[in-house]
Amino acid sequence: MGLLKHIPHKKIAKQHRPWPRAVADDEGWRVAIDHLAAGRFTLLGLWGDTDDVHMALLGEDFGDIAVLSYAFKDRQYPSVAAHHPPAIRLERAISDLFGLEAIGAPDTRTWLDLGFWNARHPLGKKETAQKPKPYVFLLAEGEGLHQIPVGPVHAGIIEPGHFRFTANGEHVVRLEQRLGYVHKGIESLMAGASLDEAAKLAGRTSGDSTVAYAFAFSQAAESALQVKAPPRAVYLRALMAELERLANHFGDIGAICNDASFSLMHAQCGILRERTLRAAEACFGHRLMMDAIVPGGVARDMEPDGAAHVQALLTEIRRVFPRLVELYDNTASLQDRTVTTGIVRPEYARQFGAGGYVGRASGRGFDARRSPGYAPYSDLTFEVPVLDAGDVNARVWIRIREVEQSLALIDQILGRLPAGAFKVAVEAKGKPREGLSLTEAFRGDVLIWLRLDGKGRVDRCHLRDASWFQWPLLETAVEGNIVADFPICNKSFNCSYSGHDL
Amino acid sequence: MRKTLFENMAHGPLTEAAPAPDEAGLAELVRSVNRAARARLGRSLSIRHVDAGSCNGCELEMHALSNAFYDIERFGLRFVASPRHADVLTVTGPVTKNMREALKRTYDAMPDPKWVVAIGTCAADGGLFAGSYAIEGGAKDVLPVDLTIPGCPPSPTKLLKGLLALLEHGNKKVSVS
Repeated sequence: MGLLKHIPHKKIAKQHRPWPRAVADDEGWRVAIDHLAAGRFTLLGLWGDTDDVHMALLGEDFGDIAVLSYAFKDRQYPSVAAHHPPAIRLERAISDLFGLEAIGAPDTRTWLDLGFWNARHPLGKKETAQKPKPYVFLLAEGEGLHQIPVGPVHAGIIEPGHFRFTANGEHVVRLEQRLGYVHKGIESLMAGASLDEAAKLAGRTSGDSTVAYAFAFSQAAESALQVKAPPRAVYLRALMAELERLANHFGDIGAICNDASFSLMHAQCGILRERTLRAAEACFGHRLMMDAIVPGGVARDMEPDGAAHVQALLTEIRRVFPRLVELYDNTASLQDRTVTTGIVRPEYARQFGAGGYVGRASGRGFDARRSPGYAPYSDLTFEVPVLDAGDVNARVWIRIREVEQSLALIDQILGRLPAGAFKVAVEAKGKPREGLSLTEAFRGDVLIWLRLDGKGRVDRCHLRDASWFQWPLLETAVEGNIVADFPICNKSFNCSYSGHDL
Repeated sequence: MRKTLFENMAHGPLTEAAPAPDEAGLAELVRSVNRAARARLGRSLSIRHVDAGSCNGCELEMHALSNAFYDIERFGLRFVASPRHADVLTVTGPVTKNMREALKRTYDAMPDPKWVVAIGTCAADGGLFAGSYAIEGGAKDVLPVDLTIPGCPPSPTKLLKGLLALLEHGNKKVSVS
């Protein structure tokens, strides 16, 4: 029962795996909110459905997970955000997509609906679109304050989003984000999709985490249908996930240094990233390994010479990377930009349940690979690096340490790679089934919840990127920093726009 | 730092290194892009990029164009920060309804003559996202597209080949596969 012991509930949903889902009434919902507000539980997700609102909860020791459902009445439910701010944007999204009202919500502005869709509440009770109300940004008042609007189109090759800075001279007094520009309606496309189609969609939620998303989706579907991927597939999935982590961490370390005008690191890390992508292509036929993981296993086996390519990659990284780390550590002009810049306070990381390097650089040692854990990581040895400083520098160091851990993990994976089948058949069960999964992408935990119908098609699927709980912390991290340091702060987070906007 | 720099000098640029098949292809591209670019645009083509709804996969590969292996700037192809400086607008992603306006405004801000390149399967026709309430369609549903480079995402080599096709065909509507 785990953490559901602490929440009064009416019943447990029958076909929800691997963690339980309970149905609560007003009292249970309120008790859960109290636990969240008191910091005893962490909010993993909050999403709408046909008749309910669901919240996913994580226990204090990170091992315990449960979903709590509340059947809304008159399209209303008691606001979680009223007592627990991390839920604010999630409730605004539910309001836009489902037309459900969170009673007592502190912020009722729209979030994903920017006023351009043909219909309001596309996933709920559809209504004709109305002329949108002007969006009112939060206030910052004081002598000499000025606003700087940035985006949605930015200067570089990056994703679109709007940032509204209020500054006093060079110093940022307030940053407010306005996202939703790349909202594609993924959850509406999921409804009615076959497992294969849905896995492809999941893999395009955030391209840089395509492996992590396909991994998460496949695990959720396999849990729902009680299918076990064969051992070889499980190890190949982890190999792909670690290659993806390496490629992204190299890209990020280089790009962060580049934002401090230290282009040598950018160039060198870019080479390592490219070599990683080429190894991935040599092994699995695609540089980003898109569509390589499917429910039931992996789409194709690793190329016969794949292991040799990966070994060569590891050798090259081990030759070059330590020198780059030394270079980072010994360049005072670079450290001057990263140390004490963009600090995320540990209490915010804890409250928001920030995953990935954002959380781990601010004292929150959560890593879904470790706890709750999933195959094959439970059989592999690795450390979860944690720092307390919470600045850009700490987020760089977490990535550096994770690169080292990924190298050690790949050694173990190659050493133990089981022979045998790489895919099993996945069959529908004739009745609706529900599944939940949590996997560790390079930037943090990806949560996927789904309900399959009797024919094995997706009825409802919710995907929650780690960025949902990291974006708000970027607003806090930038406060008091100079405007010119925003790019380096932003890059050190590297939140996903697409993964967030869905 | 010195050690890294010295070693790079001793080994020479990666772009001319090992004769892997795609690197041979690249060498070929170097010659023809240089010729065509010189003829048409005085060896310089400035590119402004807009992500109109991409999953960010295409952006990753566009970034790769600037790494030591592809080094896009040696062809005179350059990514610029403002549409005012650009000859080419590259568009990725299915165009979301939420980005349509920003995309059009970016295009309108560019001086003539200008070209539009749709990058990736989504920008070609909406890809997997076509038919969603939040999607306008491909880039061609919003802007006059001169060139489409499909792929999910297209590899850096494919992207280079595409930009070369644009240089050779000018503003005729072309498609590369």
